[in-house]
Amino acid sequence: MGDNTYTLTSPVMGTFYRASAPGEKSLVEEGQAITPSDIICVIESMKIFTELRSEHPGVVKKILVENEDPVMKNQALIEIELN
Amino acid sequence: MLFNRVLIANRGEIALRVIRACKEMGIETVAVFSDADKDSLHVKYADRAVNIGPALSYKSYLNMDRIIAAAKETNACAIHPGYGFLSENADFAQACVDNQITFIGPSAKTIAMAGDKSVARQTLIALGIPVIPGSDDIVSSADMACTIAGTLGYPVILKATGGGGGRGMRIAHTPEELVGAFAMAAGEAKAAFGNPTLYLEKYIEKPRHIEIQILGDSQGNYIHLGERECSIQMRYQKLIEESPSCFVDETLRKTLGETAIKVAKAVGYTNAGTMEFLVDRDKNYYFMEINARVQVEHPVTELVTGVDIVEQQILIAAGEPLKLRQDDIVLNGWSMECRINASDPADNFMPSPGQIESVIFPGGPGVRVDTHIYDRYMVTPFYDSLIGKLIVWAKDRPSAIRRMKRALAEFEITGIETTIGFYGRVFENERFQRGDIDTHFLDSME
Repeated sequence: MGDNTYTLTSPVMGTFYRASAPGEKSLVEEGQAITPSDIICVIESMKIFTELRSEHPGVVKKILVENEDPVMKNQALIEIELN
Repeated sequence: MLFNRVLIANRGEIALRVIRACKEMGIETVAVFSDADKDSLHVKYADRAVNIGPALSYKSYLNMDRIIAAAKETNACAIHPGYGFLSENADFAQACVDNQITFIGPSAKTIAMAGDKSVARQTLIALGIPVIPGSDDIVSSADMACTIAGTLGYPVILKATGGGGGRGMRIAHTPEELVGAFAMAAGEAKAAFGNPTLYLEKYIEKPRHIEIQILGDSQGNYIHLGERECSIQMRYQKLIEESPSCFVDETLRKTLGETAIKVAKAVGYTNAGTMEFLVDRDKNYYFMEINARVQVEHPVTELVTGVDIVEQQILIAAGEPLKLRQDDIVLNGWSMECRINASDPADNFMPSPGQIESVIFPGGPGVRVDTHIYDRYMVTPFYDSLIGKLIVWAKDRPSAIRRMKRALAEFEITGIETTIGFYGRVFENERFQRGDIDTHFLDSME
């Protein structure tokens, strides 16, 4: 991982969702440009939904986890290539 | 005729609660479980257990077809839904009936009426039951909200028609705040419930949450089991409940009890149910909503009335008439419950799933623990954070507080964060001890 890459991690053990609700389209795709205000994925833990944003503007380089996969606290979720 | 086999469409402590009632009644039990729960106590305690799918709720505990199929495979003639999951799902109640399975709860029609708050509200206004002053219908725009708020007087609260649990709710003290709150609340309601419609109510400041437990049989007999006070809440989630309430005198108890039964009759309610009220400082009461299921906090009522509410649910669903009369119901002593959640009080009550290392349960006189956890139990992130309930009974409120403090000090869970230590501070609080509480108590304590 180069200096120009930022990796978004999960703040809590839970379930990783790429969309804001089942059946809806994914919040982001690989290659998509994002700003810090964009929600890029959602983590559910014990019925609490946490929307995650990138801290920095950039481009989604790689989504490391499948939709609905269980994730651990601090697990890497999405690599972002910084602008 | 009583059921010979009941399927419990739930997990965790409430599944155990229902299995225990069934065992004592001589009824065989069928547990259902997701892949995440294969080592759970409800699986171990039930006579039979059926795997209903992957961990995610919508693939297992919310999967109606799979649960109905499990009941048919095992020849279960009734389903107890517990609380949460499918317990207040009218389609599920109807699916049971359509498959010749008794749903242990109210009818699908009653659940649907109770679940749509604006329908319930209009029914009750017509009967003269006090409800919180507000829009009698859906508020379709911020302008309309401001007009209605002008006649009600500020502050006001926006609520989601299809919602609960604090989501889609916003308080506004001025028209400017209301305009902003309208957009926020509609967005949240759409995201949480798939339905953006809102209604508006006058916001009652410093109210108490008082609810009445009722029982109604299929012959049309109704009784109430007194009140529970559930004012100790965090973000609309109850944390501590007690029965009776030190704020409710005999007159108010009688009035609320009779009102709760009137509500139950209006929606054709059978089985055990709860009518929730807000009560202001001047003891004005306002009906809030019907909880069409057994509640998490039902044990405090059991301990002061001596009535086994889950047993009553099963008897009523089997068509038995109530043997209890209103005069039989006497509130004896005082009971309090703390919800033990896997959440971190030091981190804004964020979820704290993980593996429990060890548990030491409290015991001794007047202590009841309803829980599904044990040493090395894995608290997964897939379901509710409730991992147990600590309930005490004593002769009066000060004794119950002392007993709860003693029991909390004995209760030790290592490996994950829980709310146990936080409750110790609440029970030490002088305002709490005096009974000077309202639904904002925890905000003011911090």
